[in-house]
Amino acid sequence: MAGLQSIMALTKEQIAKRISRELKEGYYVNLGIGIPTLVANYIPEDMNVVLQSENGLLGMGPFPLEGDEDPDLINAGKQTITTVPGSVFFDSAMSFGMIRAGKVDLTVLGAMEVSDKGDIANWKIPGKMVKGMGGAMDLVASAKNIIVAMMHTNPKGESKLLPACTLPLTGAGCVKKIVSDLAVLDVTPDGFKLLERAPGVSVEEIKAKTAGRLIVEGDIPEIEVKKEVGSRR
Amino acid sequence: MNKVVAGADEAIKDITDGVTIMLGGFGLCGIPENCIAALVKKGVGNLTCISNNAGVDDFGIGLMLKQKQVKKMISSYVGENAEFERQLLSGELQVELIPQGTLATRCLATGYGMPAIFTPAGVGTEVAEGKEVRQFNGKDYLLELAFEADFALVKAWKGDTQGNLIYKETARNFNPLMAMAGKVTIAEVEILVPEGELDPDAVHTPGIYVHRIFQGTDYEKRIEQRTVRKRN
Repeated sequence: MAGLQSIMALTKEQIAKRISRELKEGYYVNLGIGIPTLVANYIPEDMNVVLQSENGLLGMGPFPLEGDEDPDLINAGKQTITTVPGSVFFDSAMSFGMIRAGKVDLTVLGAMEVSDKGDIANWKIPGKMVKGMGGAMDLVASAKNIIVAMMHTNPKGESKLLPACTLPLTGAGCVKKIVSDLAVLDVTPDGFKLLERAPGVSVEEIKAKTAGRLIVEGDIPEIEVKKEVGSRR
Repeated sequence: MNKVVAGADEAIKDITDGVTIMLGGFGLCGIPENCIAALVKKGVGNLTCISNNAGVDDFGIGLMLKQKQVKKMISSYVGENAEFERQLLSGELQVELIPQGTLATRCLATGYGMPAIFTPAGVGTEVAEGKEVRQFNGKDYLLELAFEADFALVKAWKGDTQGNLIYKETARNFNPLMAMAGKVTIAEVEILVPEGELDPDAVHTPGIYVHRIFQGTDYEKRIEQRTVRKRN
């Protein structure tokens, strides 16, 4: 399994695991729905990281054991969850207050499109998907550090890393880093800067699948993909 | 002071066609189930509803949508409701989607007696269209107005006869904010106690914001996404 994946694009779990390496001791982190949620599975055992759920909880724990579900205790994805020692509840205004005030160190969220200026679109496809932005606009407008977890291309193989977003924006000029199934990239004033590539994925392939400005300097190392280790959550 | 009413029917008796109501809750967590059931029974229509979500097809605000009681929804996320999407795409229902933090803070502003807030959420997006943008310390903010709502319907865990409220866990969410923001605030609680029985330090919503309170019945507290770990 691991051998097979090592010559292909990253799995969703491997994207989440790579993002977990951006966590630091003492971080307060907000994880969005989808791949970002998986990052919780790869928080190092010895690292103190507090997960914020924007419906009003700091200190989100794992899913409850079967039979222990509590309808009053859910996360922002409406999933039943648990607390951890030191958890605290608050209302939605305080939740977004701490986000707006820059108290949350890192936000990880998914995206439909990202531009080489750091714009992000992830809430609306006109005429098709009209579910709403939830807390995404508040998060991207205020978070100190935003990492986007996404697929590099859509199912048709078209780049989702663009010169400009075609979908309605969630926020402008806010994305700092992208971890896709093909690459790790920083968003710089000059465009996407390629930092790492998925094992076996060539720089040429990444260039071909990145429609926005791409900066490639020197040798690009492969993303370290180790065998699965036991997860905390 | 005693604000206790007999039940949901009496509590909502003066909610009439065309009014604006706020409803607490996040998803199906902490929603005023009894008040919604009473509104469905009463059949009032043409309502403008301010609520983070719109329920699911057969529960929460979804029950009111099914009966076409809602003219306009003001929400941040409405993704769990197929009937909602159908009414929206067919033009039967007006919808204003706003960022979740903006929704919460516009309630807060109302309850704090402030006419407006400035927030960076939505700057540079279609949410900003037609709104005043002001720069503070080099960053752009949108002017967003405090809400005006004729009624706020909230759900708390515990309350006393004076209307002091305590919420439980993440069922708090928008409830204390909307409780502060209604011209008339109606609170339903799981446990109603006489005044003096709540720890004054533990109260989340001071009763001054609450006009009517009743002990609800038959709470279903439906779980939207049941996620669990297997027991060994």
